[in-house]
Amino acid sequence: MRKQDRSTRRQFLGLAGGAAVLGVVPVVTLRPAEATPAMLAAAIRNVVGTATVRTGKVKLDVPPLVENGNTVPMTVSVASPMTSDDHVKSIHVFNEKNPQPNIGNFYLGPRAGRAQISTRIRLADSQKIVAIAHLADGSFWSVSVDVVVTLAACTDEVI
Amino acid sequence: MTSALINVPAKAKRGDIIEIKTLMSHIMETGYRRTATGEVVPRDIITSFSCRYNGVEVFRADLFPAIAANPFITFFTVATESGKFDFEWIGDKGFSETASASITVE
Repeated sequence: MRKQDRSTRRQFLGLAGGAAVLGVVPVVTLRPAEATPAMLAAAIRNVVGTATVRTGKVKLDVPPLVENGNTVPMTVSVASPMTSDDHVKSIHVFNEKNPQPNIGNFYLGPRAGRAQISTRIRLADSQKIVAIAHLADGSFWSVSVDVVVTLAACTDEVI
Repeated sequence: MTSALINVPAKAKRGDIIEIKTLMSHIMETGYRRTATGEVVPRDIITSFSCRYNGVEVFRADLFPAIAANPFITFFTVATESGKFDFEWIGDKGFSETASASITVE
């Protein structure tokens, strides 16, 4: 199991490295100062493909200090006029340290009127949350927020 | 017995941006927890949610185990005409629930 995990990560890093050398894929750097875990980077790559992700436009509201990771209110909003030419097509939310990196994909359109969604999420640890918006012109915008969790969502807990 | 809670304004002016709040009662078992004997509790989550406004899809979401139990989702739409909102939740183990709400647009 462990061996398998390592080989997929190596493959991914190899692919990413190779692409960067070729200069085909702009490397997604959300926060260069921080080493982004491979799973998070891979999940983001799955959604954005080879596009560049820029920082801005997106606002992620989540409490900075969470007492109970089992239910954390979260609101994502995007600065957009939501017209037929200029609107948000989708919002994707990712995490860094839960057992799997996806939180949710939300598909909107010009009929939404306002690019804002809210839900409640689970957080297994203190970590970074990333929200990415896909606009009608094909560009991707992101924001990341650090959250401190005092009681983690029960992933390993015996029931 | 319906396990969904829907909040849609009963009336709106044409062109108003209205907020829709939905809650579906569901355990959202992550598939990462274990029983006392060490067996993994199988995943049982809602994977997809959608909202249709007079038959046209205006919002859709893919959900993952990181969504808290009893998924609460809110979003916005423009009130264009009187009619009906149809909501649908689809999940593991054949889970499928629908709900609807009507709106009068003046």
